[in-house]
Amino acid sequence: MPTIDLRTSALRDLNRALHALAPDTNETRWIVENPDGRHAVAVGLDAAVSVEIDGHVGYYCAGMNKQASVVVNGNAGVGVAENMISGFVHVRGDASQAAGATAHGGMLLIDGNAGARCGISMKGVDILVKGSIGHMSAFMAQAGTLTVLGDAGEALGDSLYEARLYVRGSVTSLGADCIEKAMRDEHRAQLFARLEAAGLAGEVDAGEFRRYGSARSLYHFHVDNAGAY
Amino acid sequence: MCGIVGLFLKNPQLEPQLGALLASMLGTMTDRGPDSAGFAVYGSATEDLKLTLRGPGEAALRAGIAALAAATGRPHAAEMRDTHAVLSMPAEAEDEVRTWLRANAPGLDVVSAGRRMEIYKEVGLPAAVAARFDLAGMAGSHGIGHTRMATESAVTTRGAHPFSTGTDECLVHNGSLSNHNDLRRRLGRAGLSFATQNDTEVAAGYLTWRMREGASLGQALEASLDDLDGFFTFVVGTETGFAVLRDPIACKPAVMAETDDYVAFGSEYRALVGLPGIAAASVFEPEPARVYVWERH
Repeated sequence: MPTIDLRTSALRDLNRALHALAPDTNETRWIVENPDGRHAVAVGLDAAVSVEIDGHVGYYCAGMNKQASVVVNGNAGVGVAENMISGFVHVRGDASQAAGATAHGGMLLIDGNAGARCGISMKGVDILVKGSIGHMSAFMAQAGTLTVLGDAGEALGDSLYEARLYVRGSVTSLGADCIEKAMRDEHRAQLFARLEAAGLAGEVDAGEFRRYGSARSLYHFHVDNAGAY
Repeated sequence: MCGIVGLFLKNPQLEPQLGALLASMLGTMTDRGPDSAGFAVYGSATEDLKLTLRGPGEAALRAGIAALAAATGRPHAAEMRDTHAVLSMPAEAEDEVRTWLRANAPGLDVVSAGRRMEIYKEVGLPAAVAARFDLAGMAGSHGIGHTRMATESAVTTRGAHPFSTGTDECLVHNGSLSNHNDLRRRLGRAGLSFATQNDTEVAAGYLTWRMREGASLGQALEASLDDLDGFFTFVVGTETGFAVLRDPIACKPAVMAETDDYVAFGSEYRALVGLPGIAAASVFEPEPARVYVWERH
C-alpha cells in the first residue's frame, strides 16, 4: 500500500506513478498525505485502484478519472472529477464550483455542499450531493443524474438537454427551459438506485424528491423568433 | 487572475506573528500574480496619524521629508522602509503635508493614512516585495495582501493594490469592474479624488463615500452590490474591521478559514496551509453576494 506524502514527494511523481499502473497491478490502494490544496491531484487515472487523499485539494482533483476510486478526506477546489469517464469520486467535505463538469460517467458523491455550476454540461455522470448546490447547476446538462438532498440555487438546469435532476429541498429558481416533471415509478427506481449507490438506502426516502428536466423547447429553432434576426 | 490574502486575528497572542503569517500567504499566491504585490498591516493604535509615503528611493524620500520640514517648520518623525517612509504627525497636520507634497514633491506619493494602517506596495515578485519591506517582522491585528496579474492597467506601483481612499481604510480586489469610469465621475462630484485610472481605486472610493455618509462597513458593501458592475472578490480592512464580498455570480475564487484564533482569506486554499491550527479550522467558500464582516471589540 504506497503512501505518498506530498510535502516530501513531487505531485508529478505521484501522478506519473498512478498513470504507470498496469491493469493487473497489485498496488490497488494508495494513500496521499498533505495535499495542502495542490491542484490536479490524482488526475487522469485509468486503473481500478483506490486512492485516498487526506486533506483539502485544489482544482481538478480526479479529473478525467477512469475506473479508479478517489476519496478526498477534506474539501475539493474547482472542477473536482471534471470530465470523469468512469469510476467513483467521493468528497467527504465541500466541493467548490463546477464539480463533475462535463463528466461522462461514473459517480461523484459529495458529502457536504457543492458550489455554483455543479454538473455543468454533464454528459452521463451520476452526481449526488448530500448538502446543497449553488447557482447555475446542471447548466446545459446533457445526460446523467444530479441528486441533491439539500437545496438548489438560482437558475437550476438552465438550457438543459436531457439530464434528470432530483432535488429534495427548495429550488431558488429554474433556468431557461427547465421545468418540474412528474415522478413516475421509473424515476423513483432510478433515484432509489442512486441513493443506494451512495449508501443512503433506507435512510433517505425517494418519495421526498421532486424531479426537474428539460422542456425541450430550445432543441430546435422556433419560427416565431425569426424576426429577431 | 490576481491573488488575495487576508488575516484577521481574534487572539491577540498571535499579533507578533501577523506579518510572518501574511508574508507566507502572499508568497504562496505568486502563481496568481507575479507582476506586483502590496499589503496593508494594521499595527497598534497611535495618537498620531501615520502617512505612508512612497518614493523612487530612500535618498529621494529623505530629501523630500527634509524639505517638507524646512518649508513647514514642523519636522515629523519618519521611519524608512526601502522605497516607503512612514511619517507620524498630529492628525491636523495631514492637510498641510498633503498639500505641500502635491505642490513640491511630485515624485512622492501618499499611499495611505491611518492611526493603525500602513500600506506598502511595489512591482516585483511577492516574496521579494515582502522581503524589501520586512513584512515578516511586522506585528498587527489584521492585514490584507494582494498579488497582481495586471489586466486592466499597466504594471506599475501605482496600479498595485491595496488601494486606500480613506483613513485606515483599504481594499484589495480580484476581478474587473465595468462601470468604474461613470462611478469615478459621480464620486468626484461628491468630493472624492482619485490618484489613478484604476477600477479598484473606484471601488475603494465608493466604500469610503458610503461610510463617510454614515453607513457601516457591512452596509457600504451591501450597497455596492447594487452600484458596482463587474467581477469582484473584495477583501476590505478598516481600523477595526475586516470584510469579504464576492459578486453575485462568484466569478473569482475565494476560500476562508476560521478558528477561535483568526479568520483567514485566500484566493486558494494553498495560501492558508501554513496557518496555525489550519487542519482543525472551519474551511469554507464565501457565498456569492453575501457580505461577511468581522469587527474587533
